[in-house]
Amino acid sequence: MALLEVRDLTVVFQRRGEEPFRAVDGVSFDVEPGQTVGLVGESGCGKSVTSLAIMGLLPKRGATVTGTVTYDGTDLLKLSDKQMRDKRGSELGMVFQDPLSSLNPVIPIGIQVTEVLERHRGLARKEAMIEAKNLLDKVGIPDPNRRLKEYPHQLSGGMRQRALIAIALACRPKLLIADEPTTALDVTIQAQILSLMKELVQDLGTALVMITHDLGVVAGLCDEVNVLYGGKVVEKANRHPLFAEPRHPYTHGLLSSIPRLDAAPGEKLTPIKGSVADNIPWAQGCAFAPRCPNALDVCVQVTPAEEDQLGRLLRCHNPVVPGTPAAEEVPV
Amino acid sequence: MSETLVSVQDMKVHFPIKRGVFMDRTVGYVYAVDGVDLEIKRGETYGLVGESGCGKSTLGRAMLRLNEPTAGKMVFDGQDFSALKGEELRKMRRRIQMVFQDPLSSLDPRQSVESILIEGLRAHGLDKGKESTNKRLRELLTAVGLPTTALRKYPHEFSGGQRQRIGIARALALEPDLIVADEPVSALDVSVQAQVVNLMEQLQEQFGLTYLVIAHDLAVVKHISDRVGVMYLGGLVEEASSEDLYAEPLHPYTRALLSAIPVPDPVVEDRRERILLAGDLPSPANPPSGCRFHTRCPWRQETKCDTDRPVLRELKPGHKVACHWAEQIQSGEIKPHEVKPILVEEGDGLSPDVPLVGPASVTEALNP
Repeated sequence: MALLEVRDLTVVFQRRGEEPFRAVDGVSFDVEPGQTVGLVGESGCGKSVTSLAIMGLLPKRGATVTGTVTYDGTDLLKLSDKQMRDKRGSELGMVFQDPLSSLNPVIPIGIQVTEVLERHRGLARKEAMIEAKNLLDKVGIPDPNRRLKEYPHQLSGGMRQRALIAIALACRPKLLIADEPTTALDVTIQAQILSLMKELVQDLGTALVMITHDLGVVAGLCDEVNVLYGGKVVEKANRHPLFAEPRHPYTHGLLSSIPRLDAAPGEKLTPIKGSVADNIPWAQGCAFAPRCPNALDVCVQVTPAEEDQLGRLLRCHNPVVPGTPAAEEVPV
Repeated sequence: MSETLVSVQDMKVHFPIKRGVFMDRTVGYVYAVDGVDLEIKRGETYGLVGESGCGKSTLGRAMLRLNEPTAGKMVFDGQDFSALKGEELRKMRRRIQMVFQDPLSSLDPRQSVESILIEGLRAHGLDKGKESTNKRLRELLTAVGLPTTALRKYPHEFSGGQRQRIGIARALALEPDLIVADEPVSALDVSVQAQVVNLMEQLQEQFGLTYLVIAHDLAVVKHISDRVGVMYLGGLVEEASSEDLYAEPLHPYTRALLSAIPVPDPVVEDRRERILLAGDLPSPANPPSGCRFHTRCPWRQETKCDTDRPVLRELKPGHKVACHWAEQIQSGEIKPHEVKPILVEEGDGLSPDVPLVGPASVTEALNP
């Protein structure tokens, strides 16, 4: 059995006087120990809400979470707040996108790291401080003794993200969820952080859920990739087949709209036409149909089911035939 | 094509660090741009890349004189743009337009698209009667791929990509020669990014525009630019055609930068060798001596690197690099070694040679 099994996770946001909004719509995936699973998609596809739902961080009012999130045999969604607090930080770690807003600005880094150690591992402040120093050392922060006494604003962006990772790793969680951990960082710092995370997964056997919009990050890091669109997984495959032969028109479109560093000179980009605003609700068919170059009549009538096609899960009536060039040039 | 449109000579922008309330004492400078020379030819796209804080945006703004440069000048189409004043400057500004990063905050939320576009036309006396202006506005919207019904709408009614199109239309309205685009696509989703990149390329062909594209994403810059300049801590470290820069990066920083960019292809990713830079960007208020990059450079040598600041020199035709040891690194004579990260002081980052005397705030002044 996998360490984390997410089945049919659905999050519906409801505001008074407004139509309910299905931010996450039946997402399922498994994570094994030592495995890295990627959730990719553009803004608004539900990837962050998925991570918040797994961690039980969504507000009780207004957000309805259904489905099951089985971690090590227990359904996290059924736990009480207190039981969940014991799990978070000790067994489940989370790294957020913006390190400055997820660290407390008026508390020194040291206290924020030792807080976790004291709460979950029952260490005394002094022991915790020594452990915190080791942690900062491990994530590559120079001069950790000094840094422990400093406040978040005294650290650079990359340092803050490292401190945040140190906090998430403090109790050696079995599962780490990283929500866009490098988006706010420069590329050279991003490379440092990604290689650090890779090392951690290899050395500690941590299971990692990587949430990102950057397909390049996914290509280098994730074993399995889930491509999300409009709250549903539209394609799920291992990274090699996914990038070599994207079958869903959305994945295909995304890959051909990214300028690649190793592209031949003069190569044209083929963007996906329109924007997420053109989506139709999944209940009426395929949400991507209005932007899809492969759309058929059936696409706006029948919701495509998640089907096992050629060793991958695909939600599409008319998948891309491998080897076809990107769709025709979209008039601007 | 080969005629020089813009030439920047030894441009410097130093921002003073002020202390005190009663008397503004300058206690140091942030050396945002520190001696940059570059040339942009008519009809080409020049890409300026670098990480945050390297001074690329400041350089772009200083060229337009949105920030007054501390020293140096910019010659635009044979005229010294830095020496222009008053009415002459205002008239010249028509020919240099800018596209900003965040389309929502660079468009007035209370102005309709029509009014946004017409404002520039009026200011430069290009609004010659209702009919011709309306025709011009429709032309502009068609050029950037927006429906003509957009004229009556307001910025909040559009998506991110469409807003950026409005920003581009505003820049185009005055028929400029040069468009400076500061991070034109970094606020957009990938699928929309490609739409805007393609639009900019198409407009360049259509109107014979010259672009200066400032961005942190080297893949985007490589795609769109003919020539690329790489900046590090206020100075250009390498300049080459985009193909040469990718095929044969000469400066250690460019190498590290290129190796750090993820490529969406697992086969490439698994094979690639990463050059991981140690530590962070040093503070531009207190830049390292000699070569600015020597504190993080894996190829750093005992001599010259920490004492002499390398100048940009032409190693191959059209390929310039600012590194003392570029040839030796290229031939493999010098091998990379490990670098220990050096602590970077955040905060005010004052240079140590300026003593802090006198009150730093009102409270300090009142209760000495």
